[in-house]
Amino acid sequence: MAEFSTSVKDAGDVNIIYLKGYLDAHTAPILENTFSNLVDSGRYSLVVNFRDLSYISSAGLGVFMAFIEKIRENNGDIKLSAMNDKVFNIFDLLGFPLLYEIYKEEDEAINKFSQIKKLENGK
Amino acid sequence: MENKKIKDKVLVVQSKTNNLSTIRDFVYAAALDVGFSKDVIDNIILAVDEACTNIIKHAYKSYPEGEITIKLKYKEKKFTVLIIDHGVPFNPESIPDPDLQKYYRQHRVGGLGMYLMKSLMDEVKYVSVPGKYNQVLLSKNLNGAN
Repeated sequence: MAEFSTSVKDAGDVNIIYLKGYLDAHTAPILENTFSNLVDSGRYSLVVNFRDLSYISSAGLGVFMAFIEKIRENNGDIKLSAMNDKVFNIFDLLGFPLLYEIYKEEDEAINKFSQIKKLENGK
Repeated sequence: MENKKIKDKVLVVQSKTNNLSTIRDFVYAAALDVGFSKDVIDNIILAVDEACTNIIKHAYKSYPEGEITIKLKYKEKKFTVLIIDHGVPFNPESIPDPDLQKYYRQHRVGGLGMYLMKSLMDEVKYVSVPGKYNQVLLSKNLNGAN
């Protein structure tokens, strides 16, 4: 059976979610749990690192839609990073780049959050 | 490219999401034998995954003991995946193209799988014989596959 797992790293105000393996209708609830736990603990600045994700189906894409509005209502965001071409093509085909910021590197996505914070602090 | 003779293959699984990876592996191996590139095979297995996910969730409404039959054929450079179930008939016309802005407001998605299937395959056909079976046909031509 295909495996999928997530791990979460604290990077100051931002949390990074690492995805690994195959994200389909069977494994999507694992990612839902990860998002739920973060949102329930008031963590709204999230970067998702797709480097080790081998596969995504629409069931996996749906998880990002389920949480994005609540997160943005709390001045947060889900920023996506480090996708391989195959995974990016699926996001692109469905028009996700219009709704989500997608970065080549995890660091760029994290830096975006700190830039916004600086602006909010009037710097 | 030579026109390989590939035997028809059949897989029967129960309507559980943990069988999706078995289905993908089954189709992957056959499409590789036919001679598709890895990129095209990735698209084919995603389309098949989407069709089977729809069957599990909608035709069988997550009832885990329904039967899904996947038949693979290769003829005249056309790779065909037939997916058969005995659940609730499905009308593909009832599924609008996806509207991400609407999904954003509703916190959900629907129709993404259908859109992917249509985008990634050369042919997507639904046939339902009420009370008997539903069939999805997905096909991809080896020539001109991209």
